[in-house]
Amino acid sequence: MSTRSIVPFGPQHPVLPEPIHLDLVLEDERVVEAIPSIGFIHRGLEKLVEKKDFVEFVYVAERICGICSFMHGMGYCEAVEHTMGLEVPERAKYLRTIWSEMSRIHSHMMWLGLLADAFGFESLFMESWRMREKILDMFEYSTGGRVIFSVNKIGGQRKDMPDEMIADFVRILDGMEKELKTLANTFLNDYAVKSRLEGVGFLTKEQARDLGAVGPFMRASGIALDTRKTGYAAYSHLDFEPITSTVGDSYARTDIRIREIFQSIDLIRQAAAKIPSGDVAVPFKGNPTGEYLMRVEQPRGEAIYYVKANGTKNLDRMRVRTPTFANIPGLVETLKGCQLADVPILVLTIDPCISCTER
Amino acid sequence: MTENLYMDNKLTAIPTADLLAECQRLKNDGYHIMQICAVRTPDGYELTYSFALEYEMVNLRLTITTDEEVMSISNIFSPAFLYENEISELFGVRIKMINVDYKGNLYRIAVKTPFKD
Repeated sequence: MSTRSIVPFGPQHPVLPEPIHLDLVLEDERVVEAIPSIGFIHRGLEKLVEKKDFVEFVYVAERICGICSFMHGMGYCEAVEHTMGLEVPERAKYLRTIWSEMSRIHSHMMWLGLLADAFGFESLFMESWRMREKILDMFEYSTGGRVIFSVNKIGGQRKDMPDEMIADFVRILDGMEKELKTLANTFLNDYAVKSRLEGVGFLTKEQARDLGAVGPFMRASGIALDTRKTGYAAYSHLDFEPITSTVGDSYARTDIRIREIFQSIDLIRQAAAKIPSGDVAVPFKGNPTGEYLMRVEQPRGEAIYYVKANGTKNLDRMRVRTPTFANIPGLVETLKGCQLADVPILVLTIDPCISCTER
Repeated sequence: MTENLYMDNKLTAIPTADLLAECQRLKNDGYHIMQICAVRTPDGYELTYSFALEYEMVNLRLTITTDEEVMSISNIFSPAFLYENEISELFGVRIKMINVDYKGNLYRIAVKTPFKD
């Protein structure tokens, strides 16, 4: 007869850069139920919208997360721009697209490194993060920052990228693509890596849909949805399709993210070839009125930005539904039936960002 | 090329009593829940429930008083329990029958909730 016990997992754990807590109900070594708790780093950022005016709040939005900093700023700006009826210049849309895809590459490479570290493949971890540094250098070169960039503003961008700089970036990415193929080969074909990922933590297509999963976690279960296809920024001018897998295990989630890195490089190439010249921001007067729900595809999946404005400089409400928040029910489902030793890897495979989640 | 699928947010105001029936209809039509958002109003709260079917998004809007209770939709859309616990804890919205009710302990914060000021 099996022994039933409850094992607390987190909030402090070697594989967790940020705190989340799970109460794992076990039968011997098998997880039969997982109960999540969050809230160890809730900062009340949404409430700050009552104290900061809607222009200043861009800086707060960028600080929701240190990985998706650019996209949080952009999502907030696009939501406010919709309430004000502002049409951002085409060049600014392309800049937003390029910086967004750079964010996706560096986020996915960071995740690959964390995954390698979690199953003890230290050289793979170091190689992933060494390559990620190149993207951070590109960010520093183009924005002046490596974590917080402060290039978004209501109506466009604070900074432009000279065309020569964009061409340089494409050359760097061309070189990086070759190195990435070697890295991808190890992640997808190494025996030790496959033995930890294949057949672990299944999420079916139906479960992914019913549990509201988003991003690579959802696409690895066979749902071909990607919010970039709604056409925000300059995505409506670029040619791409959502990357999917029908397997739905941890290996498929890794495969999806690796293929998305190559896709992001291709999208940057396309954007670099099509970016028009011109202004990068439009001036505006007055304060926003009305409400809008803006959807943005972050590296971890769809984020939703809700703003409600009343015609004054302070918004009534700003709310962010982050991808990790949406993926928690799916994570709990994938944990059911797994072995205790696989729990850290499975938690990582949703690419959790707890600072985002708790805001 | 991608067709630009930007669309105005579809938002329907409904009476509180119709919430479960509307949610069940959306569930039957294949929608999944995206989020629930609470906004404080002078007399109570404005709740926005967002659902999606592929790229289409629809929103239901409830306007309730501070003392009014709302039925949980977590028996129809199970992921709703997280959103409902959040708005119940941080805003003080009174929600009945949440399938996993943290009773104000979803967020482990030292400050007393709900945030009223």
